[in-house]
Amino acid sequence: MIKIYEKLIVSSSPHIRSNESVQSIMLDVLIALFPAALMAVLLFGYRALITMVLAVGTAMIVEALWLRKRDVFSDGSAAVTGLLLAMTLPAAAPWWLTVVGSASAIIIGKQVFGGIGYNIFNPALVGRAILVVSWGGHMAGDIWPSPQPFAFGADVSAVTGATVLSVPEKAVMLSLPEMFIGNMAGCLGETSGLALLIGGIWLVYKGHIDLRIPVGFIGTIFLLGLVLGGGFYGNHLMTGLFHVLAGGVMLGAIYMATDLVTTPVTPNGRLIFGIGCGLITMAVRFWGTYPEGVTYAILIMNAFTPIIDNFTIPQRFGEVNESA
Amino acid sequence: MKESNVYVQDLSRGIIKENPVFRLLLGMCPVLGVTAFLINGLGMGLAATAVLIASNVVVASLKNFIPAQVRIPIFIVIIATFVTIIEMVLQAFQPALYDALGVFVPLIVVNCMILGRAEAFASKKPILRSLLDGIGVGIGFTLALGILSLVREVFGQGTILGPEPESSIHLFGEAFEPMGLFAQPPGAFIALGLLLAINNIIFKKYNL
Repeated sequence: MIKIYEKLIVSSSPHIRSNESVQSIMLDVLIALFPAALMAVLLFGYRALITMVLAVGTAMIVEALWLRKRDVFSDGSAAVTGLLLAMTLPAAAPWWLTVVGSASAIIIGKQVFGGIGYNIFNPALVGRAILVVSWGGHMAGDIWPSPQPFAFGADVSAVTGATVLSVPEKAVMLSLPEMFIGNMAGCLGETSGLALLIGGIWLVYKGHIDLRIPVGFIGTIFLLGLVLGGGFYGNHLMTGLFHVLAGGVMLGAIYMATDLVTTPVTPNGRLIFGIGCGLITMAVRFWGTYPEGVTYAILIMNAFTPIIDNFTIPQRFGEVNESA
Repeated sequence: MKESNVYVQDLSRGIIKENPVFRLLLGMCPVLGVTAFLINGLGMGLAATAVLIASNVVVASLKNFIPAQVRIPIFIVIIATFVTIIEMVLQAFQPALYDALGVFVPLIVVNCMILGRAEAFASKKPILRSLLDGIGVGIGFTLALGILSLVREVFGQGTILGPEPESSIHLFGEAFEPMGLFAQPPGAFIALGLLLAINNIIFKKYNL
């Protein structure tokens, strides 16, 4: 006789467990960043590799020291923070700049709030913001001419230095396909839209990022570039695309504005978050003192995340609006 | 024995146990505003200390004549009197410091540390104890400003005893590039936060 009650075990949720762990997600993000890292090394040479290794190493060691753990890789989040920070640095960054930025990203950006899952702001961007405020000259002005292993064109335009946004008349010389591949001035990981997009598709396929944030972010940039850009880059449509490809929009929209910890969890909230990032970025680009505003846009929207979440709680199925 | 113990407590309380900056977080406006250089920080601390001691003594001696309903305006008038005196003294004898501190000197009037001591201590306690309390809290305030401005100047400027070139000592070689963050207002918040964290660790460890 089958004792049916033995099959009707009632336990509390969760009933479905996933094999995903923090470590597996972080590994996926590292894999997604690989094309961009490869492009950085191809475009900017060995200095890019040194900067990335230094940033990742510092981040992992500082986190291990802070948590008093032997396991330096641990959940992998420190490695992701370090690599993302390296992506926002110029290739000519002196070694101490990378080390200070990486250490402050981990300590001030993450650990003082209580570690992974508790940080309010994206740690890599906190590190970058601290570096920009402290050593703005190094972050914008240092020029490192690319050795150009790729024969893209005759002129050496792939230098890390001031982003093309700070000298728009120079940008007019670049064609959109060139910008898409990454043959332009900028930080290590932000120039190649193609490589970033490949990584982004991988993240979407693995289900780690919600398309609403990058689509809202990039869409807002495109529309505002179209409407307000003044068509300086050929025509209005091209100007919109220029604003998407120039600077750090692709990197920020795909990898930083989609951070699991510091962004809203509700679907509508994510759309609002992305659009807000786009609006602030374009406001800084058009009217601000800095040429680029992605860093500050994402940090400011990070601060709004709890409010956005609060106002966009979805209605449960069957719930009736009280006022109706 | 017990009598003298009270006086020692009054004097020492404000330095560590009830440090106005690190424990009570009072008077944050000058703490964040003028601590870019050690000299400015110490100057601010001493100016506030002088006002605090004087106002504590005067409030304690007038406490029986101050109607409870209007005590706050009266405290403010007393504090403002001493702030005006300090302001004129600074302007006459330390014009460089006066310029560096700028609006923060008149703002001592509304420093809630001084008003707080008047309200919470001097208006209820005898003159001598109020005097000792003012000295203790003043030392604590000056000490905290000194530590914060030292940290900010060393990291933010790479010097000690700046900003005048003849007195400033460069700590590091020519290659050192100061961390501009600490010289700027956001750096004041971050430096204060980090110092508070370190202080809490020390206080907890030694059970202060």
